[in-house]
Amino acid sequence: MENLEQLLEHHPFFKGLEPKHIKLVAGCGSNVKFEAGEFLFKEGEEANAFFILRRGKIAVEAFAAERGSIIIDTLNDGDILGWSWLIPPYNWHFDAKAVELTRAVALDARCLRTKCEEDHDLGYELLKRFAQIIEDRLQATRIQLLDLYSVSS
Amino acid sequence: MFTVDRTNVDQLFRLLQQKGYTLIGPTVRDGALILDAISSASDLPVGWTDDQGPAHYRLRRRDDASLFGYSVGAHSWKRYLFPPAVKLVDARRQGRSMDCTSPSPDSASQGTPLKKYAFIGVKPCELNAILIQDKVFLGSGTVDPFYKAARERLFIVAANCTQASGTCFCASMDAGPRAQRGFDLAITEVAGKQHYFVIDAGSKKGTEILLELPHRKSSQQELDEAARRVQKATDQMGRQLDTAGVRDLLLKNPEHPRWEEVSQRCLNCANCTLVCPTCFCSSVEDTTDLAGKTAERWRRWDSCFTLDFSYIHGGCIRSSGKSRFRQWMTHKLASWNDQFGSSGCVGCGRCITWCPVGIDITEEVRAIRGTKRQEQLMHS
Amino acid sequence: MNDSLNSTMVPTPFRVQRVRRETHDTFTLELRPPDGSRTLPFAPGQFNMLYMFGVGEVPISISGDPSHPERIVHTTRVVGTVTRAMHTLKPSDSLGVRGPFGTPWPVEKAYGSDIMIIAGGIGLAPLRPAVYQILSQREKFGKVVILSGTRTPADILFRKEMEQWRSRFDVDLFTTVDRAMSGWKGNVGVVTTLISRAPVDPQNSVAMVCGPEVMMRFTVMELQKRGIGGDRIYVSMERNMKCGLGLCGHCQYGPTFVCKDGPVYPFNRIKDYFAIREI
Repeated sequence: MENLEQLLEHHPFFKGLEPKHIKLVAGCGSNVKFEAGEFLFKEGEEANAFFILRRGKIAVEAFAAERGSIIIDTLNDGDILGWSWLIPPYNWHFDAKAVELTRAVALDARCLRTKCEEDHDLGYELLKRFAQIIEDRLQATRIQLLDLYSVSS
Repeated sequence: MFTVDRTNVDQLFRLLQQKGYTLIGPTVRDGALILDAISSASDLPVGWTDDQGPAHYRLRRRDDASLFGYSVGAHSWKRYLFPPAVKLVDARRQGRSMDCTSPSPDSASQGTPLKKYAFIGVKPCELNAILIQDKVFLGSGTVDPFYKAARERLFIVAANCTQASGTCFCASMDAGPRAQRGFDLAITEVAGKQHYFVIDAGSKKGTEILLELPHRKSSQQELDEAARRVQKATDQMGRQLDTAGVRDLLLKNPEHPRWEEVSQRCLNCANCTLVCPTCFCSSVEDTTDLAGKTAERWRRWDSCFTLDFSYIHGGCIRSSGKSRFRQWMTHKLASWNDQFGSSGCVGCGRCITWCPVGIDITEEVRAIRGTKRQEQLMHS
Repeated sequence: MNDSLNSTMVPTPFRVQRVRRETHDTFTLELRPPDGSRTLPFAPGQFNMLYMFGVGEVPISISGDPSHPERIVHTTRVVGTVTRAMHTLKPSDSLGVRGPFGTPWPVEKAYGSDIMIIAGGIGLAPLRPAVYQILSQREKFGKVVILSGTRTPADILFRKEMEQWRSRFDVDLFTTVDRAMSGWKGNVGVVTTLISRAPVDPQNSVAMVCGPEVMMRFTVMELQKRGIGGDRIYVSMERNMKCGLGLCGHCQYGPTFVCKDGPVYPFNRIKDYFAIREI
């Protein structure tokens, strides 16, 4: 797991996290690979991981019966995918599908939740970082709602 | 300085007419002063003066026979230099080809040949307004050929103010009541037992005319009396505007609550911009004949108070009355300095007089400055 | 014919050479002067006033290659009476032209810097001449990054050229759309989300931004977050215009006239007005 520890240590998301915490997080991680078109998870499923995308592209989609699947966001190299694992009842709200071959680190949610409960310092550090990501996504979504390039004629 | 008697005013007019000038001056019509073609001194508002206040204008008889004993009416001289409607383009279509030509500036003004005008009785605030529009139309990079053609052949007889109205504040704007420059002739009227004019020439053209006119060197007493009358106008000014730092004051207070407050009263009627002697905004209108063979483009006065003014595809930039009032006043008193090197206001008071609800630009500046309302002395 | 097309109110008739439909509501006109020999030199970012006989005149940015001043190229969207009429033009039809007007993108000032071209929707059109000019002297710049956002994949402008730029090793092109159906291989999200990942040195970058005002507002915030100074961020503003000569008063933006002080401004010049509503 030394490789994974180094990888996390250098990832901006974990910047400033104590080495002992990096070690704890890395203990929950594993390398994963998704082929183009493969789902990382689907809406309604149990949210049992989050992902650090190393290389590739993921589309976050919602399914609308009459229109099919609509992409609401895409994530690329270095992005963090998934926060439903943090919030009960721990179910995914959207689908996540690999647009192209994607390599990622999956961090096991149960493992992480247990460690966060045992070590609230770790839990706080992780929540701070996720709060930032949630805020970034919320702002981006709000701007998206503005329909920036539209013109009423 | 020379003195010319009242009896020789018509001689002045004749001299100008002989040189091909069409005389334009104030005259009384429908209970108000307007500007129009005149031919003799008797066409001027002899013995009339005006009472002006916010949304108030009345002519009143004087107890003398002054020719220039009033301030200004709704018309300003800009209508002759920057006419309300000018044809810019004649376009013709033949098949898929198009041909565009410009009417010569000489004949552009409403289809009639451009005249050589002599403006009679231009008040100093008005003269300064002309000098301000000179900067806009001649001195800001692009020359307006229509303005230039009219301006170049213009003769200006300025009349120093001996009578200020309740809405006047030219003294605050350093634009009167005495004409400093830009005139061919400047006169100060002394109407009383003796009725004469103290005259100063400001150009070669002016000097030539003056020399042809029966005149004498002014006596010290005449000069003193003329100066006293101009000073009286200064003392009469119904309004004041504190210009110190007004540019920064307005540019730095775009969200001052006063803008909202004044917009509750403002009717967005655009009167202030139409009577303003410096407002220069224009629009272009397109017309075609029924067959679609010929088209014209006409420039017309426009006003920043209309919704169309700031329209870009899909909507108006200044959709609230607040933003339109703010644009007008901030432009006039603040950003005009950045654009043309001076204030856009000469203190003629027209926007106050002709505002149907009596919005007072001097009062608005005071309010934004945060000073308390002071009752202004109104007298005439 | 007039000596100068940018000091008069009289349009000069040009001929439509080609019409290209870009997307469902945008199209490109290529114009040629009537006598064939005339050129209309322009700088990237400038605009012309285009006159449709009897209908009216509108300011439209030039989207062509500045090294080919004999071809006057405009890309526009159908948004009003005049552009709707323009949409009906066919080759050999006539269109009146006055211009070019306005300030250019700071291409020469950006020599030696990394470049960020950031476009929202039709905002790519006025930036395209800058891209042409930059790529024609590619060695004078550091990184060249193009970020482009549109509403949907169908709204993407200049597709063929975008692919050419994307395939160059010396250009980083990122596109994103606000909404897409599953199967879309590109990015989804607003254009501002691309800024944080643009491979440039913020200390030595020049950003040129064009799009709707609200898009530019969020873009400037994001650029500043990345440490790009307001003196190195350029935005292209849009206002009502009737003359292009600074005389009609319509395009006032703060104390400036967009037709002659703009449309391209260094952000620092207008930062005091940028956040004021309805100015």
